[in-house]
Amino acid sequence: MGRDVAIIGIGSTNYTPMTTEYSYKELMFEAALKAYEDAGINPRKELDALVTAAEDFWEGISIFDEYIPDQLGAVLKPALTVSGDGLWGIIHGYMLVKTGYFDIVAVEAHSKASDIDNIMDVWRIALDPHYHRPIVDNVHIFAGLEMMRFMEEYNVSREALSMIVVKNRYNALYNPMAPYGTKTDIETVSNSEVVSYPLRKMDISEYSDGATVVVLASKEVAERYDKEPIWIEGVGWISDSPNIEEWDLACPSHVVLAASMAYSQANIDNPFKEIDLAEVDDRYSYREFQSLVALDLTDGYMMDELVFEGVISPSGELPVNPSGGYMGMGYPLEAGGLVKLYNAVVQLRGEAGPIQVGDVEKAVVMTRREFPSPSSAVVVLGR
Amino acid sequence: MRMNIHFKNRVACIGAGLTLFRRRLFETPRELAWEAAKQALENAGMELKDIDCVVFGSAPDAFDGIHMQGEYMVDGAGGYKKPFTRVYVGGGTGVFSVIAGWWHVASGLCDKVLVVAEEKMSPALPHPQYVFHHIFDPITDKPLGVNLIWIFALEMHRYMYKYNIKKEDIALVSVKNKRNALDHPAAQLGAKITVEDVLNSEVLVWPVQRLDISPVSDGAGALILTSEEYAKQYTDTPVWIDGVGWNLDTTYWTNRDLAFPKYLYYAGKMAYKMAGIHNPRKEIDVAEVYDPFDYKELHHMEGLQLARKGEAPILTREGVTERDGDLPINPSGGLLGVGNPIAAAGIMKVAEIFWQLRKEAGKRQVAKDPTTGLAQAWGDLMQIGTVVVMRV
Repeated sequence: MGRDVAIIGIGSTNYTPMTTEYSYKELMFEAALKAYEDAGINPRKELDALVTAAEDFWEGISIFDEYIPDQLGAVLKPALTVSGDGLWGIIHGYMLVKTGYFDIVAVEAHSKASDIDNIMDVWRIALDPHYHRPIVDNVHIFAGLEMMRFMEEYNVSREALSMIVVKNRYNALYNPMAPYGTKTDIETVSNSEVVSYPLRKMDISEYSDGATVVVLASKEVAERYDKEPIWIEGVGWISDSPNIEEWDLACPSHVVLAASMAYSQANIDNPFKEIDLAEVDDRYSYREFQSLVALDLTDGYMMDELVFEGVISPSGELPVNPSGGYMGMGYPLEAGGLVKLYNAVVQLRGEAGPIQVGDVEKAVVMTRREFPSPSSAVVVLGR
Repeated sequence: MRMNIHFKNRVACIGAGLTLFRRRLFETPRELAWEAAKQALENAGMELKDIDCVVFGSAPDAFDGIHMQGEYMVDGAGGYKKPFTRVYVGGGTGVFSVIAGWWHVASGLCDKVLVVAEEKMSPALPHPQYVFHHIFDPITDKPLGVNLIWIFALEMHRYMYKYNIKKEDIALVSVKNKRNALDHPAAQLGAKITVEDVLNSEVLVWPVQRLDISPVSDGAGALILTSEEYAKQYTDTPVWIDGVGWNLDTTYWTNRDLAFPKYLYYAGKMAYKMAGIHNPRKEIDVAEVYDPFDYKELHHMEGLQLARKGEAPILTREGVTERDGDLPINPSGGLLGVGNPIAAAGIMKVAEIFWQLRKEAGKRQVAKDPTTGLAQAWGDLMQIGTVVVMRV
């Protein structure tokens, strides 16, 4: 598809388990301020459109779209909400710029998960009211099923899964925006409390609060600004059946399809060789492996080899989630994909400081929306 | 933002479908969405496998009572194993989902897009109006026990006061739209009523009375959008989407002058510029403007520059906005007559313009020969305008 759309600015708050001092509006404002400053634009004059990714029930407000324009500098501008993760926001912003009508588009996503008293009840309301809601009282049950199936199919050891948690939470120690960095070990993770067998407490990432804003621009405009543009080379987004019983639990077909869509736009034939960095879904420990399988990023390695031989460590052949991923940064609801994209852009620019993984030319960012959602999105970035 | 550019990819609408609009339908949300989608596909001569991408529109999740409603709707809306998204701008979502479909094609990323909007307001208990209690700022507004009729009464009052408009003139809109709806096969509230009926109906929040207001509805609508190349393969009479516009005003509605919808003025301006329209009043032949309340039709005509400020009631009184008038407004019967399943109602409006421009509206066909039409919706806290300009 060529290099038509660039990322010219990024801004983010730090992510935290609890935010008592700021409202969601203040978090959004801080992220926007940083992103516009980074891009060097005046939103009131130069911003052509704004995309926010949010879901009503997370906010506790119906029609959340009402509450987006002021703190993002988008009053009396074309602004919209995508009901989805921030990565879908990026995809829509990308399409807006590609129409040729919009030059500068900002994309925002945020989380104030700590404000939600009964988050599992909110997840449950997403379940089919007739078939699933009456029998499922905890959505991690689905993860337990998926994990079991995946371990069986791909012959993954419990230790390898625990090692993913150890790796990502260790990486997060050096990422200033990540709250869950720690030095833990395989034994601690493997022996943590069972949530839904074989899923254990430490296999699940914790929630976090924060906001991230990304500024997109057309080619001509991007070249006018000082920042080195990071190009969006391919996007893919696919939804599968909302009935979980119809899924392939070992390897989610929506991720496979979304990846092939993005790779074909970016002209990537051999993802493992061509991609230098992957920020992929690791909401649950097994997900990091499963995402790599679906994204065709394993290069014939067994899962255990990937992690124990250091293939996916920050200094390995293919660094995966050097930011700490959701394990280290927390799972910030709809901001998840955008935080991953933020960290990938920082790496592409070579500005990641202590977590820089060397010279990154191409990166892939992927996230799934969580159970019971059947959707995933993939974005390929290049320098 | 660049203006008057030549688009690489012109977008056509080649099929439309609509379910019945009713106070309470027994179909599930997924079934409703699929019924509309299937009709649209058949209308366009397509099958689901021909579709590249799906855009879904629905207003608050709280009506259907399902969190992440878009995800629940995937298969019903035809999105199974396809790129699928739900976009959301409150009441403006219906027309906005068409705008989202437009950028899927205009960007060159997709060629054939199915746009589906569905709303099932009836499950909300004790009454769907209670859902709107939760759209207000939880700290500053909600404790006042506000609901939507309350704030629209403020807006209606302000509009009447500023331009010295009588309730009798506003009631004419309700009379016209409910009469028009008698000819619409999906309509919920087509009726022959008089201005006196409106003025004598129950007062809800002064000056809003029961017959000033659109009903609670269930329903779904769907459209097929394609690139120029495919449009010509499927039909000889595509309707082109030549302009789109949307604009969101500040959250703080209490700080705005409610007499004139500035956001809609900007949204209209964006769509007109894209479509190369300089004098909307002369160049638009037929318009479906958002009419959840009768005064809103007038208010929106002014915002869209289809009438000067305060002039819309005069045009209505003179019959200019009737089906045989010079500027037919809401020939379908609008939300007041056909019904208001929020997002689906927006699609109904775009579908009506599609049928009018193809001269397929049957008894609803306007007297003049229309070549340019406009559909508009409005939403959030009296805050967003969404506009689509179509041409044959």
